[in-house]
Amino acid sequence: MDIPRTWRLRDQRYLLQGNQCEECGELYFPKVFICHKCRCRSLKDYQFSGRGTVYSYSTVYQAAPNFDAFVPYIVALIDLKEGPRVTAQLSDISPGEVEIGMPVEMVVRKISEDGERGVINYGYKFRPPIPLEE
Amino acid sequence: MKMNMKPSRPIGIVGYGAYVPRYRVAAAEISRVWRQGQDTGALPVKQKSLPGADEDTITMSIEAGKNALMRADIDPALIRSVWAGSESHPYAVKPTSTVVAQALSIAPYTTAADFEFACKAGTEAMQAALGFVGSSMADYSLAIAMDTAQGRPGDALEYTAAAGGAAFIIGPAANSVAILEGSISYATDTPDFFRRSYQKYPEHGNRFTGEPAYFLHISNAVRTLLEDLELKPSDFAMAVFHQPNTKFPQKVAKQLGFTPEQIKEGLLSPFIGNTYAGASPLGFSAALDAAKPGDRLLLASFGSGAGSDALSFVVTDRIEEVRFAAPTTRSYIDREVLVDYATYARWRNKIKHH
Ligand SMILES: [Zn+2]
Repeated sequence: MDIPRTWRLRDQRYLLQGNQCEECGELYFPKVFICHKCRCRSLKDYQFSGRGTVYSYSTVYQAAPNFDAFVPYIVALIDLKEGPRVTAQLSDISPGEVEIGMPVEMVVRKISEDGERGVINYGYKFRPPIPLEE
Repeated sequence: MKMNMKPSRPIGIVGYGAYVPRYRVAAAEISRVWRQGQDTGALPVKQKSLPGADEDTITMSIEAGKNALMRADIDPALIRSVWAGSESHPYAVKPTSTVVAQALSIAPYTTAADFEFACKAGTEAMQAALGFVGSSMADYSLAIAMDTAQGRPGDALEYTAAAGGAAFIIGPAANSVAILEGSISYATDTPDFFRRSYQKYPEHGNRFTGEPAYFLHISNAVRTLLEDLELKPSDFAMAVFHQPNTKFPQKVAKQLGFTPEQIKEGLLSPFIGNTYAGASPLGFSAALDAAKPGDRLLLASFGSGAGSDALSFVVTDRIEEVRFAAPTTRSYIDREVLVDYATYARWRNKIKHH
């Protein structure tokens, strides 16, 4: 993986940081430079809560070498509570446990390792929420 | 001469958070592979926790830190230190703490460093954070105790070397859940356990790890702390000792005059193994989860090499407000999923295939 790109995107990957149109309020993840809705160019950073639900998913058994360590893993489309739909791996779950519509929360996990000598890339994945007691 | 260390202003723990991965491997399963199950009557723990393939000390520290922030309920940008204690930092050179600081929105105005002192790297980071806040150099400081420990396949330590830990935000007493009374650090040059550079697994001195290491250092630290603070074991509601197995903490507690009831809440090793730098701090987060206002709590770590930190805290009313603001230690321990030795060996890179 490309180190400058990873570095540039760290807040997107660690914090689920997207942006919001200052004109019409539309939310984006990942960030956009022009609002797709009102064409406004004035957007501010917006940190998503990390809560969402599984819209759809697929299990990966054959992966690129950097992801070999994680197979089989699940790639899902997540509908964030605030609106945008993101693609991400699920974690802390086995293929049989996933259901469409299930609630998930964002966690930071290892995405890939650039071999034994290279950089370790971290970023968002989603997992079934750990319940809060009352 | 008083040996204990006290801050120059009242301070304490304003937020704390636990993390334990969801996977477990049973000690009996490890015994099946290496001892044909012949030692199942004398296993040091029931099972141990292990990280998933996408977890390491950095990812686990981020989650514990998030939980601590939820309980502290402060702006992360007010935190002036991120100090992470571990013997399993993912990089040999490049701090765990900078990734954690970035992921928790604490960066960029913060000190960041990794601590290493075998199983007491975490309480060492806490001591430093207490000093940093206690001297008024900072209002808030984050100390993390986290490990993904590894034992050589077939070695006695493989039964217990586990993953987990806790994070603590130190701050002013006014918004603390537990106020510091005083602490002791006790260290000598004792080569009971070590790992040289570039070695994957540690070496240990077998019987040398008990009396002259674990028991001597913890006993001296705790006895001196109690003397200096003019306290006795019965003044404490709960006590948490480093827990490399089930027996050592039970034995040292008894020697020092603490009852099984006092150590019960913080004794997690039977269910998750020895989480190294994470072990006594994680037990302490379980004790805080169960604490009542006014309770006095003892935390006593042990790190090979060797040393012990002993700290005394008194719980405040604020515990009732924040206890359930983040997942409890128990909620992490309860989500256990058992895996077999083959899965464990694959995830922990015990199989070399290139
Ligand atoms: Zn717009």
